[in-house]
Amino acid sequence: MQKLRDIVVRVKERDDPDPVINHSNALPIMHEVLHALKRLHEMGETTTIDLRSIPFGPGDEEALLRQLGCGEISIELQSLGKSTICETLYPGVWLIDHYNAEGERIALNIEINRVPEIVQSQPEDISDAIIRLNGQLNPVNFAC
Amino acid sequence: MAEELKRIGKTLGERLRERGVSRRGFLKFCSATASMMALPPAMVPAIAASLEKAKRPSVIWLSFQECTGCTESLTRSHSPSVENLIFDHISLDYHHTLQVASGAAAEAAREAAMHENEGKYIVVVDGSIPLGNPGYSVIAGISNLQMLEETVAGAAAVVAVGTCAAFGGLPQASPNPTGAVSVSDIVKDKPVVNVSGCPPIPTVITGVLAHFLTFGSLPELDSLGRPMVFFGKSIHDRCYRRPFYDKGLFAETFDDEGARKGWCLYRLGCKGPMTYNACATTKWNQGTSWPVESGHGCLGCSEPNFWDAGGFYNALSIPDSDITRQAAYVLGAGVALGAAAGAINRNKQSKAASAHETVTIDDLDKKS
Repeated sequence: MQKLRDIVVRVKERDDPDPVINHSNALPIMHEVLHALKRLHEMGETTTIDLRSIPFGPGDEEALLRQLGCGEISIELQSLGKSTICETLYPGVWLIDHYNAEGERIALNIEINRVPEIVQSQPEDISDAIIRLNGQLNPVNFAC
Repeated sequence: MAEELKRIGKTLGERLRERGVSRRGFLKFCSATASMMALPPAMVPAIAASLEKAKRPSVIWLSFQECTGCTESLTRSHSPSVENLIFDHISLDYHHTLQVASGAAAEAAREAAMHENEGKYIVVVDGSIPLGNPGYSVIAGISNLQMLEETVAGAAAVVAVGTCAAFGGLPQASPNPTGAVSVSDIVKDKPVVNVSGCPPIPTVITGVLAHFLTFGSLPELDSLGRPMVFFGKSIHDRCYRRPFYDKGLFAETFDDEGARKGWCLYRLGCKGPMTYNACATTKWNQGTSWPVESGHGCLGCSEPNFWDAGGFYNALSIPDSDITRQAAYVLGAGVALGAAAGAINRNKQSKAASAHETVTIDDLDKKS
């Protein structure tokens, strides 16, 4: 009897490859970003858009990310897994991509801000840093 | 034991700091939690402030007439991290599918959790409750009805997970041989949240638990007791194929040009217009896809009586050709054609329910 691995599998090219379908769901988000950017510029109001709450069709998210592109700044955060934070081609528009420790995406946001909130050093961490640094520079005083 | 109680007594913020998680990491966790709870990102500071002080709630999970699909949905989720973090911060004290203990030891754990957390614990139920005969479904010799009533008595709230617990589901499908009822048919004096779906989306299950963990309260509910943030809009309204519906572009078969171009699946039986759920945005398998994106219409699994709501492949408004076919089928059962067509238009759901035939072992023997 012929073994399974001996059976030759031929992959036939399709005569009619899948047509490129544009669901155009990226365009409204780009308009939302434009409005948010105007509010940031004129009133200092920040906005965050949760892309996981948007009903994207196949290819919509890729189209949006392609239009936003990657700008001058790219930051990597390592806490509870990796996060990449990059300014897009449009200053003030940031793409924040959070992953868990297993490398799976847990959140994807667009933040319209001068600097994303999560990039700024947090008061609690600064307070903790003062204690640690003080302990390192003044071990005797710190022990007392 | 004392150490364990001390650990349980700590807030979520304290426990994360103990594990070396920075404030940035905590904010990232809150951002993912907001997304999971389908709350706007502007809520992140409020979520952070609440989660910082959150204590570890006790959860008792009861499984009745069910297929374990709901537990599978949750535990086989491919985005375990946020869910795991949530489960790190609740105390799952009883779940007979997941726990190691069984029999008397398992029931003792349930009773201990109820006693130690009187008035504060959450009861999660998957599966319907048979009222026809208590013997249809028992755990450790305790009927489902008795276990539900005694466990719920001291609970803060009940979460009915899956369409069976929320609305009766498959066990309640005509002719409902076990007399299956939903949790809310039994529990009248405690808040009940229905997280329907067959199975429900895992992040919707954890989203409700996260809401309780975060705010100490239950989310706003719709008229069927489902969380508005996940069930507030129909599949149809959030479907990426909706623009094709608006333009009148429909797939007529699963392999025609319309299907290949991703047109609307309404005429292939999609129940999106009458179904409220978060599939179109949350999606399945770590956001990979969902039924409509995979080319199949929505079955309406998060709605009551979806098993008896007619054929999965019949359009909600049946075109003429289908009416003729259905009417002919009903005619075979002795109903006049004109009356049948009118009845289909007036009440398709009850028509489908009444068309069910029960099959006995004897019938099967005769046919073979």
